[in-house]
Amino acid sequence: MKNPAEITVKKPIFNSPTNEIENSIQIEDEEVLEKRQRKQTIIGQISIGILFVLLWEILTRLGILDSYYWSKPSTILKTGWISLTEGNLFIDMLYTSGATILGFILGTIVGALLGLSFWWSPLYSRISEPYLIAFNAVPKLALAPVLVILLGIGFSSKVVLAFLMVVIVTAIAAYSGVKSIDPDLEKLLFSLGAKKIQVFTKVVVPSAMPWIVNSLKINISLALAGAIVGEFISSRYGVGRMILYAGQIMDTNLVWVGVVALSVLSTTMYFATIYLEKILTKGIKSK
Amino acid sequence: MKNPYKLEILHSTKIFKKNGKEFVALKDTTLQIPEGRFISIIGPSGCGKSTLFNIIAGLTKPTYGQVLLDGQDIMGKTGHVGYMLQKDLLLPWRTILENIVLGLEVKGGKRKDNIAKAMPLINKYGLKGFENHYPNELSGGMRQRAALLRTVLYDSEIILLDEPFGALDAQTRLMMQNWLLQIWADLKKTILFVTHDIDEAIYLSDDIYVLSPRPGRLKTKITVDLPRPRTAETMSSTSYVELKQLLLALLKDEDNPEDNRQRII
Repeated sequence: MKNPAEITVKKPIFNSPTNEIENSIQIEDEEVLEKRQRKQTIIGQISIGILFVLLWEILTRLGILDSYYWSKPSTILKTGWISLTEGNLFIDMLYTSGATILGFILGTIVGALLGLSFWWSPLYSRISEPYLIAFNAVPKLALAPVLVILLGIGFSSKVVLAFLMVVIVTAIAAYSGVKSIDPDLEKLLFSLGAKKIQVFTKVVVPSAMPWIVNSLKINISLALAGAIVGEFISSRYGVGRMILYAGQIMDTNLVWVGVVALSVLSTTMYFATIYLEKILTKGIKSK
Repeated sequence: MKNPYKLEILHSTKIFKKNGKEFVALKDTTLQIPEGRFISIIGPSGCGKSTLFNIIAGLTKPTYGQVLLDGQDIMGKTGHVGYMLQKDLLLPWRTILENIVLGLEVKGGKRKDNIAKAMPLINKYGLKGFENHYPNELSGGMRQRAALLRTVLYDSEIILLDEPFGALDAQTRLMMQNWLLQIWADLKKTILFVTHDIDEAIYLSDDIYVLSPRPGRLKTKITVDLPRPRTAETMSSTSYVELKQLLLALLKDEDNPEDNRQRII
């Protein structure tokens, strides 16, 4: 913790009114400046959030916004707490995040392997490329009803939909990574007598890794959208099903609870993904 | 009878087919190189230098001809020579040490043994204290050192260097040339060195092979009889200047290489 120490050392110099010359000399300390900016950023972010929620609350209380449609933060909080403690909200959140994460992980792994495999044979990659593009163009969400018919209304149909949302995007990202590899690097490895598998593990995978990692943040949102749509179609659990149900019984408060719950899930998973990125790119420095 | 040559490239020809037209990259070229020599190969672009190196490294096979190492056929076989290009080609996600042991790793050595082999070289040849840095933290000259140590450590008796100092500034280049001569003298490797720079070729080499383009072929071989170790004075001696004039005249005969390159493509 050198932060407080630095500030206490700097402050007397800057603010000393007794010595005007000293006061006018300001040594730019990037670290201190950066810390100050970071502090200001966080304060700004938090106050805007609070202001937004307050405004929402006030406007709905005053009747400027119709609380039947817009609900209001205090009611959402209350309804959310009741659903959490007495209802199924917690299980629903587990269900949705479970399907999302499983689909995300499977989709990323399978997609990455698929994309990386195109390095192996130019012929195979050229034959497959149009199918990759075509499948990418298919709106996967439109397949949801078929998947539910095929796999039933259980957990697996949501996982598969989340998986489908992710897999091709990742494959394309990994394939782009493969295409961007410096051919001289491969040549070097081959000249050292490396076997194809060694070139793959020592050059291809690490080179493509940043591309795969870059697709992760998009993937987690895509997977969540897949899981929610799967629940919309037909499900016994999940936040998506809860929102649909609440909408049907005109319980807008509960809809808002669902939306907030999904936002919380999505944000949490987003930050978890950033953490995952850090682990995966450990040691892989950009050129 | 003992083979007097370490490396022999015999009557090698390489023909590519491009757009239905045959293109001779290298024509009937023969190089016979005794052990421990420092050989430079000089010539305008399109003279088949890269093709020659790829053939020696086993990355491509000559259409006709032979490649012998100690009298053994190594045509199309990789892993017999160390190869280094102008780009340092250090893997950015590996530290300098991990980069240097890459060749040994590919051969299948144990990590501990590889490091034990690499550390003395790192310490002796100017990378001491940098072994745990990543390539992007090092200057161009230092990266070339690392790339060359990777090549040297691979333990092949022949080292191919394809314009290794081409991207460096003049001062760094001179430093690197002396550094290379030091390694060459210490480790007694046979070096084949491609360069565009006549001064560099004379300063470093025992023999200079002059290639000429379209089709790429061997024009002549010049032996550099300047005494070693060579210094700044060497570069102002009469015999040095004469050699330089001779080489300039030989290379001047060629057409403008850039024009011709356009024509081929």
